[in-house]
Amino acid sequence: MSINHNLLVEVAVSGMFYGTPLVFASVGEVITERSGVLNLGVEGMMLMGAAAGSWASIHISGSNPWVLFCATIIGAAAAALVALLHAFLVVTLRVNQIVAGLALTIFAGGAGLSSFLANSWNLAAKPAPHQFQELSVFGWKNAPIIGPLLFHHNVMVYFSWIVVGATSWYLFRTRAGLHLRSVGESPHTADAMGLNVARIRYVNTMVGGALAGVGGVYFSLLIVPTWVDGMTQGRGWIALALVIFGFWRPGLAMIGAYLFGAFASLGLTLQARNVHISPDLLDALPYLMTIVVLIIVSNSGARKRLGAPAALGQPFIRDER
Amino acid sequence: MKRTAHIGAVTIAAALGLAACGSSTTKPAAGGSTTTQKPSGSSDNGSATCGKPSGSGAYKVAFVYVGTVNDGGWTTAHDKGRQFAQTNLGDKVKTTYKATVKEGPEAAAAIESLIADGNRMIFATSFGFQDSMETEAKKHPEVCFEQATGFKTSANFAEYFGAAEDTDYLTGMAAGAASKNGKLGFVAPFPIPEVIREINSFALGAQTTHPGATVQVAWTKSWFDPTKERQAAEGLVAAGVDALGQGQDSPATGEVAKAKKLPWAGYDTDQSANFPDNWLTATVYNWGPYYQSRIAAAMAGTWKSGSYYGGPKDDFVGLAPFGKLVDQKTKDAIASKLAGFKDGSFYHLTGPLKDQSGAEKVAAGKALELKDILSMDWFVEGVKGSPKG
Repeated sequence: MSINHNLLVEVAVSGMFYGTPLVFASVGEVITERSGVLNLGVEGMMLMGAAAGSWASIHISGSNPWVLFCATIIGAAAAALVALLHAFLVVTLRVNQIVAGLALTIFAGGAGLSSFLANSWNLAAKPAPHQFQELSVFGWKNAPIIGPLLFHHNVMVYFSWIVVGATSWYLFRTRAGLHLRSVGESPHTADAMGLNVARIRYVNTMVGGALAGVGGVYFSLLIVPTWVDGMTQGRGWIALALVIFGFWRPGLAMIGAYLFGAFASLGLTLQARNVHISPDLLDALPYLMTIVVLIIVSNSGARKRLGAPAALGQPFIRDER
Repeated sequence: MKRTAHIGAVTIAAALGLAACGSSTTKPAAGGSTTTQKPSGSSDNGSATCGKPSGSGAYKVAFVYVGTVNDGGWTTAHDKGRQFAQTNLGDKVKTTYKATVKEGPEAAAAIESLIADGNRMIFATSFGFQDSMETEAKKHPEVCFEQATGFKTSANFAEYFGAAEDTDYLTGMAAGAASKNGKLGFVAPFPIPEVIREINSFALGAQTTHPGATVQVAWTKSWFDPTKERQAAEGLVAAGVDALGQGQDSPATGEVAKAKKLPWAGYDTDQSANFPDNWLTATVYNWGPYYQSRIAAAMAGTWKSGSYYGGPKDDFVGLAPFGKLVDQKTKDAIASKLAGFKDGSFYHLTGPLKDQSGAEKVAAGKALELKDILSMDWFVEGVKGSPKG
């Protein structure tokens, strides 16, 4: 047994593997919420992405990387369409965002549209013919410790790192990011500055949805990888919690996602080694962490300091002053 | 404006990307097969006061499912059974179903509406429907109720299930023979008697083909969470097991077997075509003939309540086709035990049986009674993990 086969490395690697779909979904939701739109439909969007990605992997022909690339884009596009519906409801029609998001989860979720489409596409119980594989970057996969941690992941893990970096840069270092945040903080001021609030919210809600869709593709082409009804099993809700856990910052959301993945694996890894620590307790830990963070954030002063967009969840109505 | 141009460009690029991806028209063939043996059901209490056809027209029968018909597992198998009965009984019967019905009190409303629609017989296919079925059976004595995997019965409320532990013993034999180091892993759903007796049987089977084999259990505490199942299977492999079994019906454990090039015994679905290099076999249920005979009995007025527990003898439970990892010697050994199950000359839950601590639980020559099997809450020697989850 090499140095790479110990509990710590295994759980850390596993945390990254299972945390990655949550990274995509929560970073997507960070973008959406930063523009002032709360989209509770992450679970439904992930399932749409998973179903569409699975369909694409069966029906598109070509080399493995090409098909996977297309499947990812199609999964993202399908989820972005669901997000578009949300944007239409909450930005244009100004429907209550919580109600619209919940409706979206039910509509697109495990018993809804994703299931219906997968049924008509006949996806069930067929392993995806094209699946993501682990890479060995620079051939360093067996390097002690850093090999499995950094150089032996599937391409989606590396892609998620790029997404996190790019999103941080976009939000905090670009003019467009500044506009996006100002729309989320104070849409009236942004409007007075000449920004198109509705358009910025539409675009960023769809970008957020697209990333949730990529998270869904991770389930149907990587983790399972077969379409199974309702396969995300509530992980869209975890992604929502991670946004708060990460104080609306992509990097922190990623750390939260990895922690969640690691805790989820730790319980089962210990069980498999016949170590008796209540798995239920370990399973509850990430939620406990989220509750603690929620308590901290619920203090309104802290809320402002830590990054919650001030206009989150509020519709923008121009005449209302 | 500049921004508009940007958005336009991005949209066009995305559209081009999507269009370029195109689509081919390959359509994999549907798998699965159905056998046509008839179960010789055992019924005792109750008489046919329910389910009499009312008026003319097709006889209406409804199924209540916990999942969707395309879940590729439990509900798919039941729906194949429904279609089997529908095909064989023809136009005089009209079967319908309600999918993804929530377990618990909500189920009662679904059943109520099915009865209002004129259904004379209700099949509910999950344990969690039991209380709703019991209540509705009391309210509607004119309708026949049947529920899979439960234990409550009344004059118009019957139970049915299959002895998966018998065939799990046989899948255990295949897994034991395929294991090199004698360490097997089992990805398990809930610590309840149904699952515990399956794990015990799997272990006992493995020990016949691989003396001293152990079975390490990892509980996911869910019937359905493919991600967790994969995590559990990976944990088991990391802990040194070299063959896998499972109690859920998703292929997630099989994916780990595939990635790690290990033999795998599934449950409830035939995945032999999808995992040719790893597949051993699996317990599969054959609900169709039961549904057909029960509906026919209700129409004829000969339906009786009771608890049906179908075994290999009735072909109610059977084995999925063997994969190439199962050698001829093991196939022969399995065939002879299967014949023993069928003619009653062999039963695996027979003493001497020891528990995990090595203490004798069942004396030599004594067979476990059905009630002890149905309430089993202890692991046999060689199973590692806690039967409490």
